[in-house]
Amino acid sequence: MSTVHVTDATFQAEVLKSDVPVLVDFWAPWCGPCRQVAPILEELSETYGDRIKVAKLNTDENPQVSQAYGIISIPTLNIYRGGELVKQVIGARPKPVLVAEIESVLA
Amino acid sequence: MTDSVRDLVIVGSGPAGYTAAIYAARAGLAPVVVAGSVTAGGALMNTTEVENFPGFVDGVLGPDLMETMRKQAERFGAEIRYDDVTEVSLAGPVKTVVTGGGDTFRARAVILATGSAYRELGLPDEKRLSGHGVSWCATCDGFFFRGQPVVVVGGGDSAVEEATFLTRFAETVTMVHRRDELRASKIMADRALADPKIRFAWNSRVVGISGREKVSGVTLRDTVTGAERELEATGVFVAIGHVPRSDLVVGQVATDTDGYVLAGRDGARGTATDVPGVFACGDLVDHVYRQAITAAGTGCAAALDAQHYLADLVDAAQPPTPASRPETIEETL
Repeated sequence: MSTVHVTDATFQAEVLKSDVPVLVDFWAPWCGPCRQVAPILEELSETYGDRIKVAKLNTDENPQVSQAYGIISIPTLNIYRGGELVKQVIGARPKPVLVAEIESVLA
Repeated sequence: MTDSVRDLVIVGSGPAGYTAAIYAARAGLAPVVVAGSVTAGGALMNTTEVENFPGFVDGVLGPDLMETMRKQAERFGAEIRYDDVTEVSLAGPVKTVVTGGGDTFRARAVILATGSAYRELGLPDEKRLSGHGVSWCATCDGFFFRGQPVVVVGGGDSAVEEATFLTRFAETVTMVHRRDELRASKIMADRALADPKIRFAWNSRVVGISGREKVSGVTLRDTVTGAERELEATGVFVAIGHVPRSDLVVGQVATDTDGYVLAGRDGARGTATDVPGVFACGDLVDHVYRQAITAAGTGCAAALDAQHYLADLVDAAQPPTPASRPETIEETL
């Protein structure tokens, strides 16, 4: 499964009401570390198939969700399960670190 | 996976690493570049406009410059791996480089170009509030401080660059500097001093960061009088310099007391470390210039030095020609 783009308008349906945990990448085009972590997120979405959803939210274009979750540093990777924020990773991290975070949510 | 012994592995992918890769690849050394899984491109990935890299009349975005360098290296056959080096073994004729992804590369020569990391203030609340108002990347996080008071700690070029960038968003930017004048280059210092949004807390040191879940202010101590005062701020951008990322190699190659790798000592070629076949370049060795162009320059030198070293190995391994060994000829007769 490839990553999906979510917006202020679709966040509720795509993320909070999702049947599977959702990792949301809060990013913006001008953010270098966001570019660096992006390929890892693509790999993770392939690896995990339909066990999780990997979503991307552009903070420039979607200020409501960004503000609601108090995002003031990007990339921020939030994991939501059953409509709740259960995990937050701030800053680009190596793949093994992100795998461990995802596994802890799936466990 | 362990593969056969190759000529060259380059660790690091900033201007030094990629320039070394361009030169080494053009020389036919087919280098592998272990670029880092989330640090590929190096420090310039956290910048916006680079105005002083020669060849770009109108400036160039740091991330764009690094992508271009990577493509240039790939064009000549460099293999880029987006993985992190977890272990190196540099002694002996064959060096090994092990990655977090489980690869082991063996090579006759290694170029170290791991650059530097941000220096931290070393305050107890700094880590806790990192990502919650404490930041090392104005270009990443500045946007989120629209209309708010922020602080930049430091007085060098990168501090001034961060402060100037932050004026696009912040209500005020206070530069906290422990001296009474900026250390930054004149053009950048003048720009900051003339900026109506930038204020200065001279002779001041940040001794505390407050805030429960997000930064709400900093405690400043006057370096002359010792007096302390509180300053309201929702963002604290730390730009007090760098530390070399030499953890992987300390103890294997000679470093100075600050951890910078020593190169070109005792009449050795410019980038040669004290371990034969190991070369170092870029911010990992340089605590003086620290520019993209100087890093690229020493990256080039490291590739040439490695090439020279490898050529000498080949010469040494060549069987002497019959003409130089007349006694052998006699024996075979």
